[in-house]
Amino acid sequence: MSAHTHAHLHVHIPKVRTLVLVWLALICLTGMTTAVSYLELGWMNIVIALLIAVSKASMVAWIFMGVRHTTSLTKLFVVAGLVWLGIMILITASDYNTRNWTYQPMPWANNPAGGLSK
Amino acid sequence: MATLTHGAPEIAASEVNYLNVEHGWKSWLFTTDHKRIAVLYIVSITLMFFVGGFMAVLFRINLLEPEGIFAAETYNRLFSMHGIIMVFFFLVPSIPATLANFLIPIMVGAKDLAFPRINLLSWYLYVIGAFLTMYAVIRGGVDTGWTFYTPYSSTYSNSYVLAAAFGVFVAGFSSILTGLNFIVTVHKMRAPGMSWSRLPLFVWSNYATGLIQVLGTPVLAITLLLLAFERIAHVGIFDPNIGGDPILFQHLFWFYSHPAVYIMILPGMGVISEIVSCFSRKRVFGYNFVAFSSMAIAVLSFVVWGHHLFVTGQSVYTAIAFSFLSMVVAVPSAIKVFNWTATMYKGSVSFDTPMLYAFGFIGLFTIGGLTGLHLASLSTDVAMHGTYFVVAHFHYVMVGGMVMAFMGGLHFWWPKITGRMYPEAWSKFAALIVFIGFNLTFFPQFILGYLGMPRRYHAYPPEFQALNVLSTAGASILGIGYVIPMIYLIWSLKNGPKAGPNPWGAAGLEWQIPSPPTTFNFDETPIVTEEAYNYGPLEEVIG
Amino acid sequence: MADTVVPAGPETAVEDIRLKHHFATSAQQMDADTLGMWTFLITEVLFFGGMFTAYVMYRNMYLGAFASTSQYMNVVLGGTNTAVLICSSLTMALAVRAAQLSNRRHQILFLILTMIFGTAFLVIKGFEYHAKWVEHLVPGFGFQYEPAQYAHHAQILFFLYFAMTGMHALHMVVGLGLLTYLVVQAYRRVFSANYFVPVEMIGLYWHFVDIVWIFLFPLLYLIGHRR
Ligand code: HEM
Ligand SMILES: [Cu+2]
Repeated sequence: MSAHTHAHLHVHIPKVRTLVLVWLALICLTGMTTAVSYLELGWMNIVIALLIAVSKASMVAWIFMGVRHTTSLTKLFVVAGLVWLGIMILITASDYNTRNWTYQPMPWANNPAGGLSK
Repeated sequence: MATLTHGAPEIAASEVNYLNVEHGWKSWLFTTDHKRIAVLYIVSITLMFFVGGFMAVLFRINLLEPEGIFAAETYNRLFSMHGIIMVFFFLVPSIPATLANFLIPIMVGAKDLAFPRINLLSWYLYVIGAFLTMYAVIRGGVDTGWTFYTPYSSTYSNSYVLAAAFGVFVAGFSSILTGLNFIVTVHKMRAPGMSWSRLPLFVWSNYATGLIQVLGTPVLAITLLLLAFERIAHVGIFDPNIGGDPILFQHLFWFYSHPAVYIMILPGMGVISEIVSCFSRKRVFGYNFVAFSSMAIAVLSFVVWGHHLFVTGQSVYTAIAFSFLSMVVAVPSAIKVFNWTATMYKGSVSFDTPMLYAFGFIGLFTIGGLTGLHLASLSTDVAMHGTYFVVAHFHYVMVGGMVMAFMGGLHFWWPKITGRMYPEAWSKFAALIVFIGFNLTFFPQFILGYLGMPRRYHAYPPEFQALNVLSTAGASILGIGYVIPMIYLIWSLKNGPKAGPNPWGAAGLEWQIPSPPTTFNFDETPIVTEEAYNYGPLEEVIG
Repeated sequence: MADTVVPAGPETAVEDIRLKHHFATSAQQMDADTLGMWTFLITEVLFFGGMFTAYVMYRNMYLGAFASTSQYMNVVLGGTNTAVLICSSLTMALAVRAAQLSNRRHQILFLILTMIFGTAFLVIKGFEYHAKWVEHLVPGFGFQYEPAQYAHHAQILFFLYFAMTGMHALHMVVGLGLLTYLVVQAYRRVFSANYFVPVEMIGLYWHFVDIVWIFLFPLLYLIGHRR
């Protein structure tokens, strides 16, 4: 086997303090999201719940999974995955949310002026 | 044994290559060499192709008579199994898992794919999926169509839906792993000097395909899983009885399956770029446009799926947007067709067998793509949805496009893969037969569809008989066109003349190493100093 | 946050065995492994994404029924499980760190702690499933629901509940298997500052599974007990 050239691996080792702080924040946010769910805030409930979940997830990704030290390519991949999930949900939702905009059962039935004649 | 011979390629070419370096079935079933895995795939998908083709023969025979020959249930199972096998077990892996598996590492100047063992795993998953699906076939088949629409598939069908769906589920992971391997290989395994703008277009198109496989296939997997749960529990989220929406199944299914039709064409487009450039002895016209059109297709293919739902119950507003976006996705496809044509313009075009298939591809894909636009127009689709027009459309792109490209690619790289040439006259003859047979089979279906013959029925009004008989006659010719290459290609393995490293005088790294290549492809990692398709006058390169 | 940048130690014989033949350098191999793992995680996002899409559509359609199911969800157990998983993520991150520092004892310790948390999660989940079974809340298996006007649509939610948490639990089980493998390898002194990619990759997987739960908890347990 031919000789290999070895580049040095550059490894970012997180501090214990950082990890523990993130853990603490995650636990607090879990308590918070539970508490807020008992308040009557209308549509704000789900918005807050999702905001908290997104920030928790970002912390796990950014620190625990080390996204902050990865290459921009990896970051691009992560973003692409989320964008694709967004595409799926948003476009599908666009169907469900506009289905009844102009729904008229058998429009010709009560529209003598136009449409199909009987 | 597996060590590389050092020295000039001529000497290395002498005897040891990836095929004869080891012997015995174990050396094949436990190999991690991407070239051997590609060969395993070629054998397996060819088998599946003939199984699927056999079902097509049977239901084409059925359609000789207006009232049908088989029972309706039998007919339903035949066309469903045909679709499932051809789509998931032939077309999706066709070029990526075989030719691209063989070529991508070589084209980027690497010794193997990034994850050789995962590559082998992907083949095993394919085989397991194929066995599960064949189990369903043997037990009596599936009658849901390849699309597995609920609630029929989840509640009413009494055929072997679970086994077939599970087979597709497993094969899906095989496809994901192939795509993942390609993506990482193209990013991380390129030889020094092999910049993105020097990659062969075949690599670009398979990279784009890999993105689709990775982003789309998991959605198919979960959708089939939800379908299976529903079938087992007799209740589920697509079940209208409890307020579930069957159209949601279609959304999720087509979120994968429309992009999947591009899994079934993009690699073919890559093959055509290679062939057209080689046999016109010119750089592909507008390299950047062709490369980026692959990426554009990969991205846009994810936002047009609703054109399969125009007449279901999807909101008309969403349908309008989907209709518009479907028109947009045709633009990058058209760019490719124009650029291939421009490549041939003023080139010194020769008519070797691969080029004949490429001609076939360009013409037939254009027809398929243009009729796609008819279907993507809301108002015309209301009339044509569910007719033979759709059947003709997708066979023009899938068979006229992808299968032609597969055959073309196989004939182009056969000397590289096996080290042997095949008989030229026979191969040209077969290419011609395929072209004629194909058009005879499927052009009448455009007319049938236009006249209103619905798809997926075992019987039809008598006035459609003439065109159906024509179609069946064409199918027999097409079948012969596929059997002939089977014979002479196998024959050539032993008896074909030795090919030499570069029988076509083609540019590209794969033509600079011996045929067949050695296990690690290159003696030393190549250093790339020129763009792809650097074609000079023919005499200088032919070896 | 200043992190220590540690150049890898001199190449050892072990390192050369770890370098697979088709890579030129360890750095290339590590890059490829990392990109491969992230690509795999993207497929996981879309795999779970299919179920999240279904959830969003039906929640919009049947918000009342979905909210009414919260009375049957055990927030205490769900919340505890969330905390348990977050703890397991912390210990996993610490295990990766220990591997990077060639601290074998800590690495094994944290891996085992992670497995304990993971198992605890599954046990708690098991109790919840059992409760649902007893209360006839498993769709397709004698499903009964109060208030009756929501019986149909609530079934959709419970179907999604079992599909999503079930798939999640399956991923946990796979993760536990992978962790066992890591413990064995660590015990055999395979990992060091020169070679820790498997620990890091399996760590990524574990954190991802945690993230899925971070979304499942509010979406399944906390929809509507304020009513
Ligand atoms: C030029 C771009 C294309 C456009 C605008 C297009 C458009 C469409 C539309 C609108 C339909 C739905 C027809 C209906 O069911 O009423 C359809 C069906 C279909 N297309 Fe295309 N298409 C294109 C390219 C392709 C390609 C490249 C392939 C495959 C390689 C393909 C494969 C299919 C298949 C398999 C179906 C039928 C699915 C079924 O069983 O219902 N199409 N196409
Ligand atoms: Cu489509």
